[in-house]
Amino acid sequence: MKKISMIVNDKQYDIEVDLKESLLEVLRDKLYFTGVKQGCSVGECGACTVLIDGEAVNSCIYLAVWADGKKITTIEGVSKNGELSNVQQAYIDEGAIQCGFCTPGLVLTTTALVESGKDYSDEEIKREISGHLCRCTGYQKIFNAVKKSLNK
Amino acid sequence: MYNITNILEPITLNEALRMYSDNPKLKIIAGGSDVLIQLNHGKFDDVELLSLRKIKNLNNISLLEDGTISIGAMSSFSNTFRNEIINKYLPVLTEAAVSMGGPQIRNMATIGGNICNGAVSADSAPTLFSYNAFLKLVSIDNIRMVPINDFYDGPGRVKLQPGEILTEILITKENYHKMTGNYIKFSNREAMDIAMLSVAVICNVENGVFNDLRISLGVSAPTPIRCYDAENYAKGKSFSKETIETIGQYAKKSAKARNSWRGSKAYREHLINILSQRAIKEAIKRAGGKC
Ligand SMILES: Cc1cc2nc3c(=O)[nH]c(=O)nc-3n(C[C@H](O)[C@H](O)[C@H](O)COP(=O)(O)OP(=O)(O)OC[C@H]3O[C@@H](n4cnc5c(N)ncnc54)[C@H](O)[C@@H]3O)c2cc1C
Ligand code: FES
Ligand code: FES
Repeated sequence: MKKISMIVNDKQYDIEVDLKESLLEVLRDKLYFTGVKQGCSVGECGACTVLIDGEAVNSCIYLAVWADGKKITTIEGVSKNGELSNVQQAYIDEGAIQCGFCTPGLVLTTTALVESGKDYSDEEIKREISGHLCRCTGYQKIFNAVKKSLNK
Repeated sequence: MYNITNILEPITLNEALRMYSDNPKLKIIAGGSDVLIQLNHGKFDDVELLSLRKIKNLNNISLLEDGTISIGAMSSFSNTFRNEIINKYLPVLTEAAVSMGGPQIRNMATIGGNICNGAVSADSAPTLFSYNAFLKLVSIDNIRMVPINDFYDGPGRVKLQPGEILTEILITKENYHKMTGNYIKFSNREAMDIAMLSVAVICNVENGVFNDLRISLGVSAPTPIRCYDAENYAKGKSFSKETIETIGQYAKKSAKARNSWRGSKAYREHLINILSQRAIKEAIKRAGGKC
């Protein structure tokens, strides 16, 4: 066991974690941020994506002890004061959600793109969301939602 | 849950080297995108990890006074492909770095981990072979510089000695100056896929002639390889269609491709021939030449 302190969605947590645990397991099972989804557990699907110091990372292949001193954002921390973020609203407006399993990760990756303040070509948008698998939408609507988020 | 007994997190390189020399059984972990997957698959268990993540400055990329470019082993693929020095002087490495994995993997995975993992499909390898990169390997009482071309030992095996850590990848000026090139990763999917075959070409061309040509292949032999016969044949020749076709044939002969579920031997050989020609043509085009 090891003591770590991290900030999750603007709140400080000082907790003990098992050395064997992934950040995914700690976020879901200890802190109950169940918006972090567990898909493949091997870095392939992107469902478990969270932002660590603003960067999109697969939390299933990130050791919980590494989160010590880091600032983490999960989907639960994206809306503010009960208001959806622009990115979340864009996903709804574009109909980019069906079952919703991939959505938390995609919204976070999109949020990181928006916050980078950079411009992205269509090809770059496709490249930047390529670490997420979606079984439902066929990706075009997700692409549209990202484009809309970036144009706001 | 990963099968780990302990994780050491030194904050200086010296501290890490000391720990490693005291216990060479420690398993180094950088980005973890190979180690954690291997742990998951049960490749090893009950390991004690030595994490390099808290050591500062191991991810720096810098241009040294003599023009050598130094890339810290802990530089992530995202950090590498977005770096201005790399974009300006080693554009083929940018191409290779951004072809690797997907965004979240690139944010975590390090270039040093990519090399030390020893995979024949490692996306950084062919390009670093063609740039004649050197690896700086440091242990508690020794520093050695090894050409990357001599570092691979077999599938998944590299020549790291007990207690050694890769700290930097170095590319000297004469190996990138006035060079153009191209990296082609051939895979079933355009993203989030491992190469079925990869080719990195670096060359210097002038007045329609190859002064220097380097071709490296991934997934074409038990380790990444250079195609020296093809390179020697090309030197001093003008780049006609026939010359380039013959180079493709030579490249194919250098390889020891094999069958795997990703592609058959015959298909791989076809790809080596075609893709090395394609990469050469692109490199010539980038040098402002015509062929
Ligand atoms: C979903 C997914 C997709 C992937 N896609 C690709 C791809 O497209 N192309 C590709 O090439 N790879 C790919 N990989 C493999 C992997 O991400 C890369 O090989 C990566 O570069 C490994 O770096 P790391 O920092 O994560 O290494 P780690 O897993 O931390 O380490 C890898 C190995 O190197 C050793 N090591 C690490 N750093 C050092 C050092 N400084 N000195 C000595 N030894 C060291 C470790 O002990 C270990 O044996 C993928 C992996 C996943 C999970
Ligand atoms: S659960 Fe982490 S990438 Fe699939
Ligand atoms: S909406 Fe179902 S997986 Fe994407």
